[in-house]
Amino acid sequence: MIEIAARQSQLEQAVSKLTGLTLTILIFGALVAIAFALSERTGERVQRILKYVIFLAPALLFLFIGLVAPAFRTLYLSFRDARGNESVGWENYQWAFTQPEILDVLRNTGVWMIVAPIASTGFGLLIAVLTDRMRRPGLVKSLIFMPMAISFVGAGIIWKFVYQFEPNERAPEIGLLSQVAEWFGFVPTNWLLVNPLNTFLLIVVFVWIQTGFAMVVLSAAIKAIPDEILEASMLDGASGWKRFSRVTVPMIRGTIIVVLSTITIGALKVFDIIRTMTGGNFKTSVIANEMYNQSFRALNYGTGSALAIILFLGVLPLVAYNVVNLRRERSER
Amino acid sequence: MARKLRKRDVEVVKTHLSSPWASFTAIVLATIWTIPTFGLFVTSFRPSTGINSSGWWTVFTNPEFTFTNYTRVLFEGRGATPPLSQYFLNTFAIVIPSTIIPITIAIFAAYAIAWFDFKGRNFLFFTIFALQVIPLQMSLIPLLQLFSGGLHIGSFTVIPSFGITGTFIPIWLAHTMFGLPLAIFLLHNFIAQLPRELIEAARVDGADHFKLFRQIILPLSVPAIASFAIFQFLWTWNDLLVALTFGGGKREIAPLMVRLAEMTGTRGGDWELLTAGAFVSILVPVAVFFALQRYFVRGLLAGSVKG
Repeated sequence: MIEIAARQSQLEQAVSKLTGLTLTILIFGALVAIAFALSERTGERVQRILKYVIFLAPALLFLFIGLVAPAFRTLYLSFRDARGNESVGWENYQWAFTQPEILDVLRNTGVWMIVAPIASTGFGLLIAVLTDRMRRPGLVKSLIFMPMAISFVGAGIIWKFVYQFEPNERAPEIGLLSQVAEWFGFVPTNWLLVNPLNTFLLIVVFVWIQTGFAMVVLSAAIKAIPDEILEASMLDGASGWKRFSRVTVPMIRGTIIVVLSTITIGALKVFDIIRTMTGGNFKTSVIANEMYNQSFRALNYGTGSALAIILFLGVLPLVAYNVVNLRRERSER
Repeated sequence: MARKLRKRDVEVVKTHLSSPWASFTAIVLATIWTIPTFGLFVTSFRPSTGINSSGWWTVFTNPEFTFTNYTRVLFEGRGATPPLSQYFLNTFAIVIPSTIIPITIAIFAAYAIAWFDFKGRNFLFFTIFALQVIPLQMSLIPLLQLFSGGLHIGSFTVIPSFGITGTFIPIWLAHTMFGLPLAIFLLHNFIAQLPRELIEAARVDGADHFKLFRQIILPLSVPAIASFAIFQFLWTWNDLLVALTFGGGKREIAPLMVRLAEMTGTRGGDWELLTAGAFVSILVPVAVFFALQRYFVRGLLAGSVKG
């Protein structure tokens, strides 16, 4: 009886959600269509201004409300108390750089920033080079690339299962890592509890996902190296390794830096993996996770904002570098 | 002297150089990369007693499969917790508008920045490019305050709160705002490369910007739109942080990822449900990804630093 009622209400909810969804899309589509139909009917002088209102204003409004204004407000809140009522000076920042737990968080973030990009780019480059001369690289590349479509949460579950540990000594291991460790004569342990190993085990998950990205971008760069250069180095009798280190890598240096910086930004902001696999316990937390905890668990907007600003300062040099790069590229064109 | 090698010759030399060891190493790496996902896939079809008493690799000698995990996790709720099929629906309800709305707004803006002549055009372009990489953590608290309380200066209400907390609307808006910079950047790069003669010819023929956009720009931009659509689709489907923050912890609007993250935390040991649930959540993005891989790769190569 209860079950039938529950099913009924679930069905009703589903129908109402789908109706809401369809209506929203229809209304949005209709608004755009009406705006266009009306605009096309106006005279040239009106259109001179109207075109900015229709084409540019919505995006600018969203960007301002969603990104620009909040960034300044976060900066302001980082100097206020938990509820944003009173000024506390630099207290939140002092807290971040003196509290032992937060120092752990900052150190972990540093490890992520260094290890994750280098490992992902290294594997990506390796696979790009290995598959470059393969006759049918399609399947290999797709398999390496597939994790990119998998969410961090899904990946977290996949790897948590790999790291699963069976505390009962007589029961067989069901986690692959524990089993492999046993096969090689090691005693498995509860991997995710061991610090600092656990941070590296979490980084493995991230690298598993990002290698595909690095591989695709680097592989395209390698393909773009002119044949003449390859040809010249072959005629000079350069060995495989020499060709790789003296020709391939220098030729794609720019792309390698772009890939490294993109992955570094991703590593700085990693949240889902930590949340799903350890919840930030056992000394594995990072800034993005701690920012969420402070803001929405401890409900301290002051310390939460300060952590967001620290995260931003970490990304800033990379943003600046990318902007300078883009400017150069555009002026070269 | 060395004669100029033709492209074909280079191909021949390349194949000649391809060492079996390189191919072998690549295949080994690809296998290692796939094993974890394969383990999850196999486990999701095993009965729970089997999962907890033996490793999934034993199925090759001792096969035993069932669909029960899927029917249980998808259709059986527990107390106040609805079954996963409800969350699946919520994910769709979040993803579809969160993909359509930013693309629409972005393509308008991309066209304006590429083809309107106005002061500060370059500055605007670089600002948007820089906004791409600003961590969305910078926006979470202020946006949440705005959605729940509106904006007031003193006792004067600038933006009312509209009472949208607890609905899908804050999540749609947040995804739109966070997706815009990359969307504008990618679409701009594409639209700016359209031949100038084409645009000018249409202008001479008397087409205004609205007609021009509708009849020429939009149809030509379909590949670029497709590539960004896949990005945004994957990003919103796989997102946890935005849904967690702007969903306000309400079960009625929580997507798959929020539920899965919750399940791993509280029911870490129920591998039969977790693996089946995770596989359900992976299936759609992976299918989309394989079907449209070409567009995805093109988008990645066009510039990919997402904030």
